[in-house]
Amino acid sequence: MNRRPTFLITMLCFGFAFFYIPILSMMVYSFNASRLATVWGGFSTKWYVSLFSNRQVGEALWLSLRIALLSATCATILGTMAGIVLARFRRFKGRVVFSGLVTAPLIMPEVITGISSLMGFILMAQWIGWPASRGFTTVTLAHITFSMVFVTTIVQSRMLQADRAIEEAAMDLGSRPWQVMFDVTLPVISPAILSGWLLAFTISLDDVVITSFTTGPGSTTLPLLIWSKVKLGVTPDINALATLTVLIVGICVAIAGVMMNRAEKRRERDAQLAYRANE
Amino acid sequence: MAAPPKDGKLAQWFHRRGWQDMIIGIPYLWLILFFLFPFCIVVAMSVATRTPTAPPFGFGGENPIINLAGYARLFHDTLYIRAFLTSIVNAAGATLLCLVVGYPMALGLTRVSKGSRNILLMLVILPFWTSFLLRVYAWMGLMAKNSWFNGLLTDAYNFLTPAAWAVKSIPMMHTNFAVVVVMLYTYLPFMILPLYANLERLDRTLDEAAMDLGSKPAQVFRDITLPQSIPGIIAGGLLVFIPAAGELVIPTLVGDASSPMIGRVISDEFTAASDWPMASSVAVALLLLMVGPMMVYTHYQSKAEGKAAEEQK
Repeated sequence: MNRRPTFLITMLCFGFAFFYIPILSMMVYSFNASRLATVWGGFSTKWYVSLFSNRQVGEALWLSLRIALLSATCATILGTMAGIVLARFRRFKGRVVFSGLVTAPLIMPEVITGISSLMGFILMAQWIGWPASRGFTTVTLAHITFSMVFVTTIVQSRMLQADRAIEEAAMDLGSRPWQVMFDVTLPVISPAILSGWLLAFTISLDDVVITSFTTGPGSTTLPLLIWSKVKLGVTPDINALATLTVLIVGICVAIAGVMMNRAEKRRERDAQLAYRANE
Repeated sequence: MAAPPKDGKLAQWFHRRGWQDMIIGIPYLWLILFFLFPFCIVVAMSVATRTPTAPPFGFGGENPIINLAGYARLFHDTLYIRAFLTSIVNAAGATLLCLVVGYPMALGLTRVSKGSRNILLMLVILPFWTSFLLRVYAWMGLMAKNSWFNGLLTDAYNFLTPAAWAVKSIPMMHTNFAVVVVMLYTYLPFMILPLYANLERLDRTLDEAAMDLGSKPAQVFRDITLPQSIPGIIAGGLLVFIPAAGELVIPTLVGDASSPMIGRVISDEFTAASDWPMASSVAVALLLLMVGPMMVYTHYQSKAEGKAAEEQK
């Protein structure tokens, strides 16, 4: 088609304006001097000052980060195992149930996951005395459970694309299946494992609904803190917090993008070199 | 093949099948303990009886073993029927809007140069990495009574309508309209990405052939692009509809409290009314209602996986 798709390009422009105008507006209003969060009253950085002097925010962020680090790591280990199982072990007893268990949390509404986890923890505490109180442990357990299936999806689809010939070669050369998995399979799928970890980390860091059900007194994560404030309406210090979040995430994503681009180019170059060397 | 070294009994078991059993067993047990078990509690709870004890439910004893009062209330009490209808209408509206806005964007992404395409794709995904809560919050700022955005819309409205209808501001917050707009905003990437993945794979020579045979661009779109993108539309539509129907955060923050969505009803029954059995009945009903769309989704998912595995061979 030689015609320039004017309509489509216009729609793209409108779409990106729609994506970013609310975020930009929020960033601009974070420098608003007025207490009324939506009326402009001059430039000020006082909301950033109040944000940084707020100990609650710091504590909540620290708790969120600890939960996210721990749950993402556990979720990656469990999720990778499940992904390998689904991609490689074609036949075993209970495969249907297993793949159902991996898919269901993906499409379960968060409210239902939330109430079911909470009831589960309460009844477990009643029957076996563990987990004794709700807080860090229960939130982490719930986060691991619903973020591991995202890791599984990523790992599984990467494994289905991976070339099995290398694994078979390692087997032929006398490696045991176990060694093949550690020496060949895991390195091959390591980018998928990394993106799985990142996804699990962000999901945990971002979650409100499941955390609000499974947490207990004294364990307020950052999203819960924001949630309790935002429910009462628009407040200027949340604008400042949001601006910082968007900036940090934007910078991280940009760096990751550049690095991935470079790695991709290097891989292409290596592949070409290897190809030429073969000729 | 080299002869394997002699192993102890345990090592023999481990290398033959133990390692496999372990990597199957550990995630399996985890999911059974922390997902299936709590889920079974919900199902059991939905037929329990509410009691003024802590935790607030009872089975057996003076209570009936199976109490279907919760399910009966779903049909008697109009609150629940209305909540289900509101959820379906809002989620369907958001899905349709996402399709209308997302389809041209996804198609546009396939028509720009490769370098800018990667950047634009990143810009589609970027809001997804920032906090969901804060994206909803951004719209609370825009829709508030005295915001610049509301002022702009109010001016436009007053300019277009007769003076007698003039308003000071447009009441947007705490309406189902606000819920649909915010859902469109937060779920749009879920529509664009699968659609883009689908449209990118299409063979453009078909378009050219149709053009050569005299089709106009609109006809090419209707006869060639659209039919081939149905799988992408279904995948994107379900990725928006399923989470939107059970949404809790958006209706709580910008929704109309007098006509709540089902997610909010479940949460209120559970926490505010502390009626676990009723909350569970509503939850089970919501799941039953979503079994249809979920099965369509998993069907297409497994089909796509099969295709990917086949391309691999």
